[in-house]
Amino acid sequence: MSMTCWETVQAYALRSIGIGENLLPRSEFTLCQQFTLIGSGMIWNLYFGVLALAFGFFLANAIALAKTARNPWIRKPAEWFVFIFRGSPLFIQFFLAYEALVMLPKGGIDILGVHLNTSWTTRAWAGALLVLFLNTAAYAAEIFHGALKSIPKGDLEAAEAYGLTGWKKFIRIEWPTMLRLGWPAYTNEAIFLFHATTLVYFSGFPAFAQKGDALYYANYFADKTFNPFIPYPIVAFYFICLTLLVTFVYGRINKRLNRHLPSNTRSKIRLRPQLIR
Amino acid sequence: MFQACADPKSIEGLSWLFCYLTSAKHVDFYWSFLTVLLLLAITAPASLGMGFLGATAARSHIAPVSWLGKVYIWMVRGVPDIIFFLFFVIALDQGIEYAKSLVVCDGGAWPWQGMEFRVCPAAKVPLAKSAPFWHQAYGFMLAVITFAIVFGAFVANVIYGAMNAVPRAQLETAEAYGMSRGQVFRRILIPQMWVYALPGLGNLWMILIKATPLLFLLGVKDIVYYARELGGSKTQAYEYPHGDWRLWYFLGLMVFYLVFTRISEIGIARLTRRLSHGQATAGGEALRKAAA
Repeated sequence: MSMTCWETVQAYALRSIGIGENLLPRSEFTLCQQFTLIGSGMIWNLYFGVLALAFGFFLANAIALAKTARNPWIRKPAEWFVFIFRGSPLFIQFFLAYEALVMLPKGGIDILGVHLNTSWTTRAWAGALLVLFLNTAAYAAEIFHGALKSIPKGDLEAAEAYGLTGWKKFIRIEWPTMLRLGWPAYTNEAIFLFHATTLVYFSGFPAFAQKGDALYYANYFADKTFNPFIPYPIVAFYFICLTLLVTFVYGRINKRLNRHLPSNTRSKIRLRPQLIR
Repeated sequence: MFQACADPKSIEGLSWLFCYLTSAKHVDFYWSFLTVLLLLAITAPASLGMGFLGATAARSHIAPVSWLGKVYIWMVRGVPDIIFFLFFVIALDQGIEYAKSLVVCDGGAWPWQGMEFRVCPAAKVPLAKSAPFWHQAYGFMLAVITFAIVFGAFVANVIYGAMNAVPRAQLETAEAYGMSRGQVFRRILIPQMWVYALPGLGNLWMILIKATPLLFLLGVKDIVYYARELGGSKTQAYEYPHGDWRLWYFLGLMVFYLVFTRISEIGIARLTRRLSHGQATAGGEALRKAAA
């Protein structure tokens, strides 16, 4: 029973989220199947990357600010948070989080008469997303903190001369400048967060009903065919496309952040290697 | 290991814990930390060498060599490193076995047949009858080569940037003194580039430390492997029965990595300070002012 490529796409394009054919191909693997299933897995990489970055951005801003606070009760926890998430491997963080979440009582927790279900937290879509969210928040907080510290003194003095103080000075001068200065580094962080999403199904979190990410399916094909030379380059291809897309989107934002500056002083985005975390 | 631990079921409390933590399996676990350190000790210089080669190739005046260097540097960008790790380990293994099969097997059939990779038994590396130690050692060696290739590309990128950061005037002055291209490279460029390369290399060292748990994915019995093995719940059939303690083992690993990266951070900061002495950089200037 051989399928045309279009039939394969219909059967497997949404397989990673449980729609379409239930059984994965078991023999006579075609190039089309590999492209489709691995592409289907990219849905999860996008899901983890986009949501972790979106939520992480806000937490990162808060923590970057907390790190500059004079009050040690605010500053110290922020410093420890950044230290723990940046100082240990993401791989171990995934394992640790999974083991911790598994320990929550299976039947759920009763707090003040409200019954909280806990079983979903051990699923990758929730548990791994939580880890990625905290992890990117820590890395981005360090970037934003560095940017906050390198705001030119003159800019702040000029703001004060205009009578801007406190919250107003922060929201109109400090915060936009921080974003502008930190954006090239933050772009790299975004790229490497997407790369880090490939670790999800290789650490603590199991893939239920063979619903996994791009690398999960690539690994499946490599295991079945004993031929790494096709599936891994396919994932690589997808990720190069994703990297280009991220660079484009963040580049547009960077342009907007720099729009008031003369063209020769704008900060350019340079890709820096910073692989595993 | 100890006399008092001969019958673990009869002891309790602290002495139980002591016996538990010194059991043979735990001693293996402690040795596996050395595996990680050994990996770092071999990989760091190896990838430095690979990176140096890559950067030198990228700077070459011969176009194909410089393309080769640049492709190598850009290869690892845009693609998650873990893909390289999974890919290289199988690809290297198959490549080695294929090469060996060309020599030791007759016929030399194309090994990728349908759903499997098949070479004659004599071409297996290591041979099926070899001691388990050799299987472990071979797996470790593949891991080291993979780490060196992947991290070499990152190091190459840092060194390439550092070489370009050395002020042009320094090199031109050396040329004006009549030094050959090789002499300029050895006597001026190499000694001066380190201070520019150090922040990047320091960053890579931290990343390398944090990449070591991936050994587990490559099938080496590393600290993650033992943490999972030892931490898993043990029934009464075992000498030391206990519940699911994996959380505590992973917490231990986490602390190990945090301490390790913190110590490295301090070490790198000291090294940066030393290398900045007498350099025409902001760091060097600050040191000069502080001393004056």
